[in-house]
Amino acid sequence: MNTSSILLECSALACERDGRILFEKLDLSVSAGDIVQIEGPNGCGKTTFLRALTTLLPDYEGEIYWGGDCIRRVRRDYLSNLLFIGHLPGVKNTLTPRENLAFLSRLHRHTSLADIDTALAKVGLYGYEDMPGHQLSAGQLRRIALARLHLSHARVWVLDEPYTAIDKEGVANLEASFIEHANRGGCVIMTSHQAPSIKQLKTVSIQEYAPTRTYEAKQGVADESL
Amino acid sequence: MKAFDPDAGVKFNEQDYSEQNSGDEVSHTQGFSAVLKRDLVTAFRQRGDMINPVVFFLMVVTMMPLGISPESKALAFLAPGLLWVIALLATLLSLDSLFRSDYDDGSLEQLILSPQSLYFMAIGKVLSHWLTTGLPLTFVAPLLGVLLALPAEGYLPLLMSLFLGTITLSFVGAIGAALTVSLRKGGLLISLIIMPLYVPVLIFGASCVRLAVEGFAIGGPLAILGAFCAAALVLAPLAIAGALRMSVEA
Repeated sequence: MNTSSILLECSALACERDGRILFEKLDLSVSAGDIVQIEGPNGCGKTTFLRALTTLLPDYEGEIYWGGDCIRRVRRDYLSNLLFIGHLPGVKNTLTPRENLAFLSRLHRHTSLADIDTALAKVGLYGYEDMPGHQLSAGQLRRIALARLHLSHARVWVLDEPYTAIDKEGVANLEASFIEHANRGGCVIMTSHQAPSIKQLKTVSIQEYAPTRTYEAKQGVADESL
Repeated sequence: MKAFDPDAGVKFNEQDYSEQNSGDEVSHTQGFSAVLKRDLVTAFRQRGDMINPVVFFLMVVTMMPLGISPESKALAFLAPGLLWVIALLATLLSLDSLFRSDYDDGSLEQLILSPQSLYFMAIGKVLSHWLTTGLPLTFVAPLLGVLLALPAEGYLPLLMSLFLGTITLSFVGAIGAALTVSLRKGGLLISLIIMPLYVPVLIFGASCVRLAVEGFAIGGPLAILGAFCAAALVLAPLAIAGALRMSVEA
C-alpha cells in the first residue's frame, strides 16, 4: 500500500455563511489510506466543509487540490473519483431499493443487476429488493444509499453523518468497509458525533479553525452593519 | 511501488484500484437514460399527480360553455385561444413539482455530482415531464375542441401546434422551476419568471389554430413554433443545468 500519496489537499480554506466566517486558514491533506473524521459542535461548519470538498459549494476561499490539480480545473475527473452521501440520502420512496440503487450507481457507471442485489444483501436488505420505499424504515432507506459504498469505484468517500439511523451491527459493517476501502488505497472523510472505533482514524476539529470571536467583536460587526 | 507524481494527475498505484478503474466512464446517454427511466417510473407510480394537469384542462374547458354561452358560434370563435391558454396554464401548474422532490430527497445533489453531463440529464428530466404532462394534454385537446365547437379544420393544427408548443413550454418552464427550487414558496415566482417567455408561444400557437379555422395556410406560425421548440431543446438545458447548480449551493 502506498500511503505516501496525497489524494486531497486543502490549503488555506475559508468558508463563510450568511456573513459569518465558519472557518479559515484550514490546511488539511488526506492521503490514500486515511480515514478522517471531521468533528465539531452543531453549526460549526462541518457540512459546509464537506460541501466545499464535493464542489457543491464553490463559494470558498483558498484552494482544494485533487492529486495536485485544483478541483475547479479537473472537476470531471475529480467527480468520477468521488462518492458523496449527504444528510439527504437521495433515495425516492416511490421506488424499490433495487431501482433506487440502480439509478444512483448508474449516475456514475453502468452497474449490473446482480451487483446491485449483492450490494443490497451486504447492507442487510436481502429480501427487501422489490419492496416500495414507503414501506421501509428510515434506517433501511439510508442503508440503500450506503449500499453505494459497495458498488462505487471512487477513491474519495465523503460522508455526512453516515451513522444516522443505522443500528449497532450496521455501524460495525460500515466501519469494516471504511477500513477495507482505506486499505485498498482510498480515503474516507466523514462527519459524525459518534466516536468510530477505527484505529487509524484521524480527527480534525473544525472549531479550531474558527476565527476567534468575542462578544465585543460581534458587537463591533453589528454596529458596522447598522 | 511508484511514487506519487502530482504532475501526471492521480495515478492509481494500488493494485485493487488500478485494476478496477481510474474513475467512471462518461457517456452522454447513460445519465440521460437513467434519469428518464427513473422519472417515468416515478410518474407512473404516482398516477394521481400525473393526471392533475389533464383534469384541470378538462374541468376548465367544460365550465366555459356554462360561463360564456352555450351558443356554438360564440364558442367556436373563442375555442382556439381558450384551448391554448388553458393548456398553457395546466403546464404552468405542473412545473413547481418538476425538481421539487429531487431537491427535497437529495437526489439533485447526486445528479450534480455525477460525472455524467448535467445538460443531458436535464433533457432527460424535462422530457419525462413533457411525456407525462404535455403529451397527454396534446392528445386530450382535440377531444375538448368538440366541447367548444371547434370547426373541423382546426383539429389537426391544434394537435400539431400543441405538440410543438408543449415541448417548448416544458423546457422553458423548467428554467423557472430550476431557479426557484430552493425557495420555499416558489410557485408565484415561477409564473412571474416564465409567463413573459410563454407569451410568444401562446401567440403563435393560438394563431396557428385560428388561421386554420379561417381557411388560411398555417405553415408560417407552425414553422415558428418549430423553431421555438428546437431552440428551447438546445438552449434551455444549459440554463437549467446552471440554475440547478446555483440552487443546490444555497
